[in-house]
Order: sequence, then C-alpha cells, then structure tokens
Amino acid sequence: MKTFWGYRRANGKVGARNHVAIIPLDDLSNAAAVAVSHVIQGTMALPHPYGRLQFGADLELFFRTMIGTGRNPNIAAAVVIGIEPNWTRRLAEGIAETGKPVAWFAIERSGDLATIEKASRKAKEFVHYASELRREEVDIAELVVSIKCGESDTTSGLAANPTVGRVVERLLAANATVIFGETTELTGGEDIVAGRMKTPAVREHFLKVFDNYARLIEQEGADLLGSQPTQGNIIGGLTTIEEKALGNIQKIGRAQVDGVLEPAEAVPGKGLYFMDSSSAAAEAVTLYAAGGAVVHLFPTGQGNVIGNPVIPVIKLSGNPITVSTMAEHIDVDVTGLLALTKTLDQAADDLMDMLLRTANGRRTAAEVLGHKEFVLTKLFRSA
Amino acid sequence: MVYKFLIHEPGDSVGVAVSDIQAGEKVAGTYLHDHSQSVEVVARQDIPLGHKIALAAVPDKGKVVKYGVVIGAASKAIAVGEHVHVHNLKSLRWGK
Repeated sequence: MKTFWGYRRANGKVGARNHVAIIPLDDLSNAAAVAVSHVIQGTMALPHPYGRLQFGADLELFFRTMIGTGRNPNIAAAVVIGIEPNWTRRLAEGIAETGKPVAWFAIERSGDLATIEKASRKAKEFVHYASELRREEVDIAELVVSIKCGESDTTSGLAANPTVGRVVERLLAANATVIFGETTELTGGEDIVAGRMKTPAVREHFLKVFDNYARLIEQEGADLLGSQPTQGNIIGGLTTIEEKALGNIQKIGRAQVDGVLEPAEAVPGKGLYFMDSSSAAAEAVTLYAAGGAVVHLFPTGQGNVIGNPVIPVIKLSGNPITVSTMAEHIDVDVTGLLALTKTLDQAADDLMDMLLRTANGRRTAAEVLGHKEFVLTKLFRSA
Repeated sequence: MVYKFLIHEPGDSVGVAVSDIQAGEKVAGTYLHDHSQSVEVVARQDIPLGHKIALAAVPDKGKVVKYGVVIGAASKAIAVGEHVHVHNLKSLRWGK
C-alpha cells in the first residue's frame, strides 16, 4: 500500500497543506483581508474581484466556489470578512459544515480598522491551533488530485500528458480520486472522451455539457480561432484545436470516467470525474480546488508558470527548451521521453514520487516562487 | 540511431520534430510506442523542435492524421518532408 503524510480534518478528508485562510466575501473586503494576513504571520489572504450584485447561476457558482475553497482540506481554519453580515454568514456557515474552525466579520457598523483588529485576534488563535496539528500516514486512496495542462505544445502530447495519464491510471487503481476538465479543449476529441464514460447516463450528461458550451460560442456568433490554440500553442507547433484536444486527453490515459461535475461542485466519491471548466489555467485550478482537489498535476510545453494559493501545483515538461530556459518552474523533467532515454513507466515513477513528496509537504516550484493565482469563473455580468 | 522526429501512430500523415531539423537534411524518426522501426524523410524546410514534418503527401483539402485521428485538412497540397503548420493545415471544426 502506498501512503502519504496528510492532515486529517474533522470531516475525515485529508489535506496536503495546513493553511489558515483569510477569505474576503467580496471585492470591498480585500483590503481588510490582506491587512489581517500582514498582521498575523502564518495566514494567507485570498483576494478576488467579485461578490457584489451577482445573481442567478452566476451567484450560485460564486458561492459554490468560495465555500468549496474554504472547505478544501488544505485549509485548517478560515476567517471570513465581508461588507455586510448576511452573505458573509452564508459563506462562513458553508465552510463551517466541515467542522473546521471558522469565524466571520462584517465591515459595516465597524469600519475596516475595528474589523481588522477583531479578525486578527481570531486569526491569531487559528494559527496557534493549526500549528499544533500533525500529519498522519494515510493510504493514497485518500488523495484527490486534479489535472490540467497549459501552454501546451506538441511535446505535451508526446511526453508530459501521457506521463500524467499513466499516473492517473495508477491513482485510480489505488482507489484515489482524480478531477479533469477543460471543456473547450476537448473539441475534436469529445467523441473519444464520451466513449470513456462508464454509463450511458454519464455519457449523456457529458455530451450535454459539451454541447452547451458549443452553443454558447455559436450564440456569440464566434469561433475560438485566435484563442484556441493559443498563440503560445502555435509557437510550440500545435496547429488545430483537434490536435490540441488529442494531446490534452492523453492526460486521462486509458481510464474510464465515473461522473460529470458542475464547475466547483464537490467531488462526490472516488474515481475519475470530468468537471465542466474553462481551459484557462488559473480559473480551472481554482474550480478543481473548490471541488476538493488537494494537489494538482500541471503538464506544460512552452512553460505556463501558474500556481494556486490553496493547492500545490506540480509542473512537468517534456520540452528541453522549456526545461533549460525556465528550469525554476519545472518540478519534474520528462524530456527523456523525447530523447528515448526513458520509458513512459519510468517517467510516471518520477511523477508519482514527486506527487507523494509534494503531498507530504515538499513545496512546489510555484509555491516557492509565490504563484497564488486565485481566479473565479464568472458566467455573466453583474446586475 | 539518432531520431529527430517521433510518430504517434502508424498511418499518421505527420511526425513531430524532437530536435531542430534543417532544410535539406535527411532525418530519421521512429514510433512513440515501437522503436523497432524507423522512417526516413528529407526535410524541405527548417522544422523547429515541436513542429510537424509531413511523412505522406496530402492533396489540397485532404485530411491530415496524427494520433491516428484526423486533426484537420490541408489548405494547400502538402509534399513529403514539408513543414506542416497554420500555413497549410486548418481545423475542420472552427474557422470554416
């Protein structure tokens, strides 16, 4: 049995990090949240630009993402700050269902300064609490891993993505959980992915999600030429969306898909899940973390530098130019697959080793370099 | 043998350069999952690492295959050894 050392939370879920998060409900509360994170060492603020006058499905996605982020097992405790009490309480109560310590503060009738003081005193208590929690050895079946590639090129399809695919096969065989997505980037490979769905109902759900996206683009009277493949993809040799999609889906190896999730929906069980999500790296990883992923595997070709504040992002690349010119961003070098000096199983061994070391606490390149891209997906403009 | 390109699946129209290839250079490639066979091509243009080289002639509007799957259609006739990219290959899904 393969194991890792993680933090067991009150609801039984296991985290790979032990953050005390200062979470602003809305754009107006960023200043106070960031101020608390400066006063109290060992905390981390999650500023973002939204949370005001959103409505309908966009508002639901906002709360699902914010609550899911706070619930992530990598967060030990959370302080929520909002401009008014009602939505602030809604966010805090959603997080508190996990049993982790949560406190909330509203700025109205206090002002920033009194709020910062009250929130800082609570954050100080939470840091003392979190700093005494200890990692315990757990089966990798407890691990929830997300996967998404970025700044892909043809080396992604030859090396880094198949390496992730082999690791995904191993994780699923060990009864762990994996989340993938990137709805737009399946165009040209959607039939192959549809053929991997375990049941007709899941297949129908997947095709509905994919068609909804295609219809959205048609309604805009647009196609994604010029955006997909990206300019970076084209420099790297990728020509068409079909070619990009076929490279992309190497990441799920030969695995079958257990279910389809709404953006930021909590992963309901073990297995492989497709989450409807943008292909923009920071948006996608933010949604997967809200869904419960605690570590992310990020293959890159030309060298995307993304990180996430809540979950460690492990980068791997098979492009020798990227690995030499952007070495500080790459955690796992799989260039040996292009030079034919390594087999796919050997590359997968290297990535699996780095995944477990990262879950155990090793900081990734993105964490050490300070990449904390927390980016909310917005469905339409606010009221 | 030093292989300068890799081929995903037998029957693919293109290989992927895994190091920079010069115009006029005679280069060998092999299959990603089977290194026992090799293919030789003379490059008609410079082909940078990661870019595609034609292994079979494709007529104008003919389908281009990689991963054993159609990845688009030729927007002009492509000869063996040519650089295959946005100047001669278009998506069949978008930008019709």
